[in-house]
Amino acid sequence: MTVLWAFDAILAATVLAVAAWTIVARDTFAAVVGFVAYGLLLALVWVRLAAPDVAMTEAAIGGGVTGVLLLGAAARLRGMAPPPADERPGAALRLGAGVLCTAIAAALAATMFLLPDPAPTLAPEAAANLPATGVGNPITGVLMAYRALDTLLEKVVLVLALIGVWSLAPDPLWGGIPWPQHRVRADDALVFLARLLPPVGIVIGVYLLWAGADEPGGAFQGGALLAAMWLLAMMAGVAAAPAVSSRRLRLALVAGPAVFLAIGLAGWALADAFLAYPEAWAKPLIIVIEVALLLSIAVTLGLLVAGPPERSPPR
Amino acid sequence: MTLALNIFSVLAIVAGAIFFLAGTVGLLRFPDALTRLHALTKADNLGLGLVVLGLLPRVDWPLGALKLVVVWLLVLVAAATVSQLIARVAQRTGPAS
Repeated sequence: MTVLWAFDAILAATVLAVAAWTIVARDTFAAVVGFVAYGLLLALVWVRLAAPDVAMTEAAIGGGVTGVLLLGAAARLRGMAPPPADERPGAALRLGAGVLCTAIAAALAATMFLLPDPAPTLAPEAAANLPATGVGNPITGVLMAYRALDTLLEKVVLVLALIGVWSLAPDPLWGGIPWPQHRVRADDALVFLARLLPPVGIVIGVYLLWAGADEPGGAFQGGALLAAMWLLAMMAGVAAAPAVSSRRLRLALVAGPAVFLAIGLAGWALADAFLAYPEAWAKPLIIVIEVALLLSIAVTLGLLVAGPPERSPPR
Repeated sequence: MTLALNIFSVLAIVAGAIFFLAGTVGLLRFPDALTRLHALTKADNLGLGLVVLGLLPRVDWPLGALKLVVVWLLVLVAAATVSQLIARVAQRTGPAS
């Protein structure tokens, strides 16, 4: 036990140190690298807290997708002149932001310590009713059955976020192609990786979705992996980035929320409540929703990282 | 038999840890980007390979073992590609750092 205790202590200290370093790093690129390392370390923390589903999401989203997003932002900022002195936030504003963040962190920490012991929990009830959903992984049960409304709204928010990113495009490029044209040589190492890795990554992504019914995994983790494979192919120039006006692309974007919503509405007729599943059909319906969600999540995350259109749409 | 396997595991994992340590020291001490990459790839490839080798007798056969080996191979491919990319940027920007 003491070895594990020492491991936890070192892990916690490292997470705090990397977090502090990420904040104080002056170079944007170094700060982003620190943020990615922070995300991966946080994933290890979730593993130690016996939450492998959260760990996978943290590694894929916190370390992977957000990391690429921030790297892109850092690369764009690099070419720009630093803002003039009068546009920089003043000392009072920075101090205020620091005080506000510290207060929020302190309030969260205090809440953690003031929780009654044992903390109020619905876990036993969730576990007891899990067989009715037909899935074996309680996380998937909560996401797709007990709190399906939250999951549905979360996917809608993802699509809204993408619309927000697209709306940053200048008018003539609306509906155009994201991602600047890269000049990558055909013998580049990146091209080799983009040809070698996607078949493996796609199989693992689909496996994560399928295994998510009974073991850690699910549509989000699988979708993030598929998005990563797509981004790799686009970065290496192996796959062309699609125009955002493409009808097929938009169908793929809304497929997940639309299927989710349709099955949710059918719940009124079949099971007396919005987003309720008839018991005999619970598992097949959940799988249909998750497959549609996998597609939409992969496309949405990929396009979020690809950013607003930068080339004019094809005529 | 168990004792022999345990000794094998400990030896392989310790050897892997030594490669990680050496790689980290190299990363911190070597003078420029290319030599630092050289130190790092030894840690990634050999260090992780030895750790995986040491863990093989301790996981389910064959699926668990296969997963570990696949993890090692994926890290090899990713590390090789990333060090190529970093090395190219380092070469283009010159030996400044």
